[in-house]
Amino acid sequence: MQVSDIKKKASEMLLSGEVKRVIGWKKGEFDYDLTPATFESVEELEDFVYDGFCGANLSKYLIKESKKEGKTLVFMKPCDTYSFNQLLKEHRIVRDNVYVVAIDCEGKLDIDKIKSKGIKGILSVKEDGDEVIIDTIYGESKVVKGEVMLEKCLTCKSKEHVAYDESMAQGVENVSLDRFSEVAKLEAMTADERYEFWRGELSKCIRCNACRNVCPACSCVKCVFDNDASGVSAKSNANEFEESMFHIIRAFHVAGRCTDCGECSRVCPQHIPLHLINRKFIKDINTLYGEYQAGADVDSRGPLTNYTTDDLDPSDIFGGNK
Amino acid sequence: MQEVKEYTPLIVAFCCNWCSYAGADLAGSSRLSYPANVKIIRVPCSCRVNPMFILKAFQRGADGVIMCGCHPGDCHYTSGNYYARRRMSLLFSMLDYMGIERERTRVEWVSAAEGAKFANVMNEFAKTINELGENKRLEDLRCK
Ligand code: SF4
Ligand code: SF4
Ligand code: FES
Repeated sequence: MQVSDIKKKASEMLLSGEVKRVIGWKKGEFDYDLTPATFESVEELEDFVYDGFCGANLSKYLIKESKKEGKTLVFMKPCDTYSFNQLLKEHRIVRDNVYVVAIDCEGKLDIDKIKSKGIKGILSVKEDGDEVIIDTIYGESKVVKGEVMLEKCLTCKSKEHVAYDESMAQGVENVSLDRFSEVAKLEAMTADERYEFWRGELSKCIRCNACRNVCPACSCVKCVFDNDASGVSAKSNANEFEESMFHIIRAFHVAGRCTDCGECSRVCPQHIPLHLINRKFIKDINTLYGEYQAGADVDSRGPLTNYTTDDLDPSDIFGGNK
Repeated sequence: MQEVKEYTPLIVAFCCNWCSYAGADLAGSSRLSYPANVKIIRVPCSCRVNPMFILKAFQRGADGVIMCGCHPGDCHYTSGNYYARRRMSLLFSMLDYMGIERERTRVEWVSAAEGAKFANVMNEFAKTINELGENKRLEDLRCK
């Protein structure tokens, strides 16, 4: 699968009029700061890119785009298709207006991890198998890819697409780490240590709302946090309570619907490990109510909109609450 | 002289209208005593309890929050408490994960006929919270 093939596919479909627009990734000022974008003509496609920095999940853009007149072509990585399915299940996307093309993903890069290795003045970044070659104004640097991959890609859930109209993917082997090991580490700590850990992390939050805005599951037209009467400031956490409140509620609202696409942690400018909050819910759901992967299908009932009569009581789970 | 403020824990109890609230009523009319610092909030069904309610109760100064509903299988709306049960399990587990004392939150099923159980549960919960002391980890100083 070549980038040129993807581009060709996009321009063909635009030219034939089959689709009105294409959602993809657009090159930015630097090699690594590309952004999701819609392209409406072949000329605009000049700026289309698909490389190691295309970590952004495009599914959420379809909520808007699929309601426009004409079809939208969208390229999706395997993990994006889970979010897509979940949005379909929640009737947020007009399926008939979307044409999904599945593309391969070998794991995306995290520019902050590259920079934290002391690599400055980056001109371009190329991938070569397990190596990442970075051309800088000071010369060339090489790093092992595994060390500079996005967290979400290190724990990739699948390299198989769960929804598409056409596949250009040839398949990639999935070598990923256990995504619950970090959660388990925290669980093994004492309550005081956990409290300290989360205070340290959550107090960094500047309430930019990026985590909320990027999340495909967090897409309510009216968000609780935008309601002035809710008593929660929509901008900037006033104090510790609000930090905890925002993060618990945000994660709770997507519990059972979060596909673990990892976008929240990717976009957080403060590097707060938000995935550890979401994954705690996923882990609990898996152990208490059976394995569940949001977005794997479009018709199962989510764990929080379902129940069995023999579910455990909270007091059973916590050993009598003592 | 410095004023020493004695600590009396504040407990918020969300009680469903059809069972637990009636249970509380029965406790009252049977003259069973339970702590006066238990503030009851009547909800139509335990399923009405939004996780945000629990957090907000803590924000406004609660030291312990308890949710009471009809026994599983007896919900006036058939299944409300089953959904509430899953929700509270996940929420409480998350609070614990964030290092907030797990004893501060509780779920109990109390029927309309269980006045004595209601009083017992509240006495016992109040005792637990008394021992735990003030809620510091989910407090909002602006509301104190
Ligand atoms: S992206 Fe990070 S800093 Fe911004 S609101 Fe979310 S957690 Fe806070
Ligand atoms: S935080 Fe909750 S209310 Fe706000 S957009 Fe996300 S899911 Fe919706
Ligand atoms: S009415 Fe009591 S729990 Fe639903």
